[in-house]
Amino acid sequence: MKTKVLDADGLRRTVNRLSHEVVEKNKGVKDVVLVGIRTRGEFLAHRVAKKIAEIENMNVQVGILDITLYRDDLRGRLDQPELKSSEILFDIRGKVIVLIDDVLFTGRTIRSALNALMDLGRPSEIQLLVLVDRGHRELPIKADYVGKNVPTAREQKVQVAMTETDEEDAVYLVENDDKENGQ
Amino acid sequence: MKLQSRHLLGLEGMSKEDITLILDTAASFKEILERPIKKVPPLQGKTIVNLFFESSTRTRISFELAERRLSADVVNFAASGSSVNKGETLKDTARNIEAMKIDMVVIRHSASGAPHFLTRVVKANVINAGDGAHEHPTQALLDMMTLREKHGSLEGLRICIVGDILHSRVALSNIYGLKTMGAEISVCGPATLIPRNIEDLGVRVYHRLEDIIPHVDALNVLRIQLERQKSGLFPSLREYHRYFGVTKEKVDRALKPITIMHPGPINRDVELSADLADGPHSVILEQVTNGEAIRMSVLYLLGTSN
Repeated sequence: MKTKVLDADGLRRTVNRLSHEVVEKNKGVKDVVLVGIRTRGEFLAHRVAKKIAEIENMNVQVGILDITLYRDDLRGRLDQPELKSSEILFDIRGKVIVLIDDVLFTGRTIRSALNALMDLGRPSEIQLLVLVDRGHRELPIKADYVGKNVPTAREQKVQVAMTETDEEDAVYLVENDDKENGQ
Repeated sequence: MKLQSRHLLGLEGMSKEDITLILDTAASFKEILERPIKKVPPLQGKTIVNLFFESSTRTRISFELAERRLSADVVNFAASGSSVNKGETLKDTARNIEAMKIDMVVIRHSASGAPHFLTRVVKANVINAGDGAHEHPTQALLDMMTLREKHGSLEGLRICIVGDILHSRVALSNIYGLKTMGAEISVCGPATLIPRNIEDLGVRVYHRLEDIIPHVDALNVLRIQLERQKSGLFPSLREYHRYFGVTKEKVDRALKPITIMHPGPINRDVELSADLADGPHSVILEQVTNGEAIRMSVLYLLGTSN
């Protein structure tokens, strides 16, 4: 069973609001860079960057982070995740990084991403932006910008569709009997 | 995605999918080599021993750097100064190392098949870093990565391997791997240094560089082992250079530029002229960089697949 919790218009408005919040919190976007976690965090980052360019008339740099090598479940998985490269073509030293992902769940992905970023340099600050916070944290991690809080049961799954790779823009809550795949 | 085997013993019989996975993963690791902090954590807590029964500085350093960059703990074991000189067998050496709780073994040995033997006596993942005149898979993989970067695809690419094919594990691994990826391979060298029946592997044999140069995209020039001269396989270095040395003059007869590769170390102006080695179409140093990325890729894919 699938329930739509955010439709295309809702997703667009949420991204717009989040973009405004980033600008407001940082009093502009000087020294702000966006880093999206592959795959959908990358698309979100580009959408936020586009909106910020409209609001502030200033382009923010966008990087892509691949966290595969920093995962804590790299060993013991049946299938190896495909390794892709990170594409952060600017110096992050002294920058305010807005780290962007689609769904915040256990916090383990964000932990990996923080370690990966630290290995690239010393930013002055890292903020976290997520489209959906679904709860069930296993680490002390909290987002600075949340698109939508979606209360979930652990075995449910949150599915984010984005037109860059999927047929539509939407967020679904999916009932899942297979507990291993909860996201 | 995962490699089919838990060891890397050779490219003979390795599938196109596995080779592509190693090359694609290596391309991702190459980005890490450009970073200020060239270290990532996936092999944290793994212990790797580099078991070198035959001296090799470059390959060992390349493996060691790759291991350290993946955060593994590294132990080096060289034949000289070890108990090998006291008559210990490979089996005993391996068993002793295993008792020290090693996760992966990188082995170079003068006997063909030594790495295969090792897989039967130890539980660790085994990587062949060159066994006798048999295979040197990571060298061939880095050659393929370099060719793919330069030419876009290996499919239909025409490569000639020049020199001592008879004693070369680099040649054999290149032939297996490149054939699987759909490249056209020829070899060129003195008749005494070309193995009989090599055509059975689907390669064409030439004895004159002038005959093949107009028909290739890349030349992989092998190192001439100077000590082979004593065994009478070729008369003199000067004569070797005249007939089989790759020079600008010979290469310029081709209508388009030819990519020049060499596994190193080069005997300048013997198998390859210095101006070509340092010239615009030489990818020799690129091969060295790619070697590290390839070794990181192989270590990562094998070391995290349990």
